[in-house]
Parts: sequence; structure tokens; C-alpha cells
Amino acid sequence: MTGAPVRLFVPGDSGAVSVGADTVARDLAIECRRRGIDAQIVRTGSRGMYWLEPLVEVQTPEGRVGYGPVKAGDIPRLLDAGMLEGAVDDLRLGDVDRHPWMRSQQRLTGARLGLVDPQDIDDYLSHGGYLGLEAALSLSPREIVQRITDSGLRGRGGAAFPTGIKWNTVLEQPAAQKYIACNADEGDSGTFADRMLMEGDPFALIEGMTIAGIAVGATQGYIYLRIEYPHAARTLEAALEQARERGYLGDDVLGSGKTFDIEVRRGAGAYICGEETSMLESLQGRRGEVRVRPPLPAIKGLFDRPTVVNNVVTLATVPVILARGAEFYRDFGMGRSRGTVMLQLAGNVKHGGLVECGFGLTVRELVHRYGGGTATGRPVRAVQIGGPLGAYLPASRFDTPLEYEALAAMDALLGHGGVVVFDDSVDMADMARHAFAFCALESCGKCTPCRIGSTRGVQLLDRLVTSPDGARAADKALIEELCDTMAEGSLCGLGGMTPFPVRSALRHFPEDF
Amino acid sequence: MTHVVKTADGGTFEPVLGEKAKLLNEHTRHEIDEWIGRFPTGRHRSAVLSALRFTQEQNDGFLTPELMDGVAEYLRLPSIQVYEVASFYSMFETHPCGRHHVSICTNISCMLNGAEDLVSHCEKKLGIKLGESTPDGRIFLKKEEECLAACTGAPMMMVDHVFHEYLTPEKVDKVLDELK
Repeated sequence: MTGAPVRLFVPGDSGAVSVGADTVARDLAIECRRRGIDAQIVRTGSRGMYWLEPLVEVQTPEGRVGYGPVKAGDIPRLLDAGMLEGAVDDLRLGDVDRHPWMRSQQRLTGARLGLVDPQDIDDYLSHGGYLGLEAALSLSPREIVQRITDSGLRGRGGAAFPTGIKWNTVLEQPAAQKYIACNADEGDSGTFADRMLMEGDPFALIEGMTIAGIAVGATQGYIYLRIEYPHAARTLEAALEQARERGYLGDDVLGSGKTFDIEVRRGAGAYICGEETSMLESLQGRRGEVRVRPPLPAIKGLFDRPTVVNNVVTLATVPVILARGAEFYRDFGMGRSRGTVMLQLAGNVKHGGLVECGFGLTVRELVHRYGGGTATGRPVRAVQIGGPLGAYLPASRFDTPLEYEALAAMDALLGHGGVVVFDDSVDMADMARHAFAFCALESCGKCTPCRIGSTRGVQLLDRLVTSPDGARAADKALIEELCDTMAEGSLCGLGGMTPFPVRSALRHFPEDF
Repeated sequence: MTHVVKTADGGTFEPVLGEKAKLLNEHTRHEIDEWIGRFPTGRHRSAVLSALRFTQEQNDGFLTPELMDGVAEYLRLPSIQVYEVASFYSMFETHPCGRHHVSICTNISCMLNGAEDLVSHCEKKLGIKLGESTPDGRIFLKKEEECLAACTGAPMMMVDHVFHEYLTPEKVDKVLDELK
């Protein structure tokens, strides 16, 4: 062989590493060296096809050919078989971009996931990186905010609040100091898109935050990262250092005279800190107890200054909107849910992972076409959408499109886009109890409906499943009443949303109670 | 001896190095200074979480009242502002516990894939309940864990911040047996 080295790609994503990707990368390097092959091994993020990890890709003239799942012991055989030329093998998946799972997706926010080296700013630049910031620097702050408003982007952390309106509120505050706070305290069960982005394409988040800062007049950003993501912390720190060295952060961003920098701040293990005001409290070194709103964080946020609080996916979506225009982004999706959504598929499912496409994919398409049904091979009975506080949908409602309004009409919500699959062995009364128990465990304790209501909910459900038939109707009515109190009276979404899983379980699966 | 730390907006903060703060070792104090420097002047309270993290590391994984008083003194805060943070977050241990922190995720995806059986398996194998440590101080079985975003590899656990996925009782045994 002559000329350029063979390029091999092995994910360094923690989901891939936990199934042996580091060993595969190391053994691949050793085996290539032993055979005198000039190979360059690039550690990427994950494509999001987790059942195929470790997924090794080889750059060939026909595209990037994938093999997976590859075990360290497979390497000599794969090299013998001609993997470096993309040769046929039982593990060969073909051109990864044309794999059925990838081909039908519309990856905008996650366009570079699994493709680029997350620790190399030049790789980011050669894949369209920082075009958004360049575009933003040619616009006035008001014009940037207008583009975000026009794109229809809504907060992807769960609340779905229009991002442009939030930014505009901060822009209009006359304060001398403002902040951008990125909520990276992803802790909803069944969600992992934030982690994938921070591990696989950290520059997108950094670029998005920088644009936000320039748009609203903030000079400092904080990423509130949960302590359980050490790999994301390392990737982000390395990326921040490169961005500073190359003038994308600092006192004079790309020679514009504007200042913006970012610090990563680690959490300490509290689910509630994913709630924005609790996160701000934690950033100030206090217990992560929820604040009473108003005032909104956009007016009085971090250190009482106007603060944009956005989730990782939201901020990482900003660059593509600035780079390709509001219309381009708005053309994806349906109704009032514009753009793409990062759906995360997990639970009892055959093929779990990340699916990004325009809003409107049905639950059935996601669970069956992408997910391939349950891992156990039994019929799918339900899905829970939007994390531990999301509603359950029965199989009879699987034609529901995954978009904000259609789900709201079903008393459900999209949340952060996590979809967990259950087979027909699930006991929904148990799941309802689980929701109350989860709320009781994670409650910050500030408001009564959440702190006490959740514990009463567990007790009521325990009584319900053992009580005689005659007493059940009264207990069910009590649970409904408790749900009303929690939904209306809680300070934040933890207590306020716990009724979603409980009520949906009661409504769609009455036979289990 | 006092020293001065520069804050993020160019101001200063003077930590107190009295008898209590001297319990914090040099590395911990250096790290706390770093964190004070990442926040604006007068916002040194923001460094409490990081300060407790390094203090806990220095003490083999748990905090004592004396160490928390040390953090309070160093940061010029009332002790209660440190205690209340330490007792709120699940990462901080305020009682002696084992060296290796083992957390088995029991959130929905892991639960659906047998996490609760794994918990029973570990409890039986180690002869302790969740929230307890082995008598030799080797393993601490943490009580609760939020979802760790490795749902596609369920069931999973985290051992000293390293993920282990697609667990079976045999895999768990192997990981636990290798902890020194």
C-alpha cells in the first residue's frame, strides 16, 4: 500500500466504551502495526446504533463501511478477510450512511455524531462547523434572535418553550452582566442525546452557546454538567481549550471585539437540578431547591442577572439554524413543532439508540421500524414518552405522531424525547407506583404537594392493589384527587408532572388496577 | 499565611487558612482556589460543590463534620451553608463508607432488564444491603442512582465513575471481584 494511511473510525462514546470499544481500538492499532499497515484510528462519537457497538468504520472509495458489533477477538479475522478494503464479512454492515437505520433519518443537530473526531476543531470546521457563528457575527443581536424565532425552535429539554421568545426577553433586559446557562443535567430515564452530543460533537454546543451569548449580550456561559458524565466533561474541556486557542472563545471572538467564554461546572447528583431554577441555585453553591417563579430566569437568573437557560440539544441546534437559515430548519416537522427531534429509544426494545428526524414520526414507526419490536420478542404493550414523568401510551394509540401538540391532546408530552418500550408482561400499577416513588426520592422538599403527595401516592397504590373490590373505586378517586393537587400545586415539573404516568396508566390500563 | 485568589471578573478573594481549613490538603485547597477563580467576585459560594468533591476525594470518599467546617472556614461561609449542600446531593457521603462506590441503575430501562435481580444478587454476594459498605471497607453499595443515560446497554451499573453495561450476575461478579 502506498500514499495516505487507511482511516479507521472507532467510537469513544461511553456507551461504546462500556462494551469494549477501547480494547477494539487498541488491538486494531497493534494488529495493524504488526502487519506493517499504515493505519490512522480516529475516535469518534457514536452514530447511535447502540446494538451494533463497538461499530468500526473503514474509509473506502465507496464511503465509510461499517462492521459491528466487533469484539477484540474478531480483529485478526476481519483484517485477513480484507476489512480495510471494505470486504464482505458476517459483521459487515455496508456503507453506514445507507444503513436502513441511518438512511431514513434527518440528522441536523446530530449531523456530525459518529462522523467526526470530537477532540479536533479542524475536523469540526471541515464538517460545516462554525459557519453558524460566522453568520451570526454578520448580523445584529436582534436579527440573530429573530432568526431563532423564525426557525420555530422550541426548548428540547422538555418544556418546549419557544427559544426565540426566551432569548428576546434576555436581550431586552438592560443589565450590564447577563449569562448563558446550559442545562446538561440530563437525568431522565431513557434519555441520552445530551450525553451523545457532548461526547460526540462538543463544538456544536460550544458554538451554539457562543451565538446565544452574542445574541443576548452575555459574556459568560456555564455548562451545568451532571457529575455522572466524566467522559463528557473531558471532551468538553478539551474542546473548550481548542476553541480558546483558535479565537472562537475569549476577549475577541473571531476578531469581532465581542467577549464570550464558557466554564463547565459539575453537579453533585440530584435529579431535580435538571429543573432550571434548581440548577441555578446549585450553580450558586446552594441546595438544589426550586425557586418560585416569577421572576423568570430570563429576568433574574444566575446571580440574579438575566440568564438564558437552555438544554444541550437546543443550544447544539442553534448553529445549523444560523448556518442554513430559519426557513431551512422550519421546513422540517409538522404543525407547530418545527425542525427535527432527537428521539432516544430504549427499554425492552431490540434496536435501541438515537433517531433524529422531523417531528411527526409515529410511535409505531419508531418502535417497530427503527426499534424492531421488543428485545424479548413478546408483543409491545406500552411506551412511556418523555422520561420518568412522561405519560404511558397503549399500543392502540401508536398512530400518534411524535410532536408537541398531538401528544398534548392525548394528555402526554414529548419531554426530552426519550421513548421507553414495554412488553406485555409489564404491570402498569407497578409503573404508576414507580412514578410516585421516583418523585418521592428526587423531590427537593420545598413544596408540599410534591414532598408529601408523592409519598401518599405510593401508600395509596400499595393499598389499592391489596384492597377488596368494593374499596377500590374510592381509592382511585383519591389518587385522581391527589394527582390534581400535585399537578396544580407543585412549584415545578417534578411534582407537577408525576400525575402524567400515573393518570395515563390508570386510564389506558384499568385492568391492571 | 493568607493568600489572594483572582476571581473571574478581575476581583479578588482571600481564603482563610485557620486551624480548621488546614485539614484540607494542599491539592484540595489548590483545586478550591481554581474554582473560586471561575466565578465573579463575591460569588465564591458557588465553589462549595467542587470544594466538597475534592475534600471527599482526599478523605477516601466521605466527608466528616471537621472537613466540612474546614471548607466553610476556607470559603468564609457559615458551616450550615456547607452542611446543607453536603446533605442534599447524592454524591456526597457524610458517613464513613467503602473505597469503591458501586451504583446499580434501577431506573426504568434497567429495571425492565433485570436490575432488581442484580441488586439482590449483589446484596447476597457482599452480605450487605443497599446503602451499606462491606466490613473490609472495600465496596460501598450506593443506595440510589438516577438514570445514567446508558439505557441501550441496560442493565448497567457505575463503579467509581466507569460504566458497565449489559450486565449479568457473572459480569457483576467479575467486576466486583476485581476491585482491590
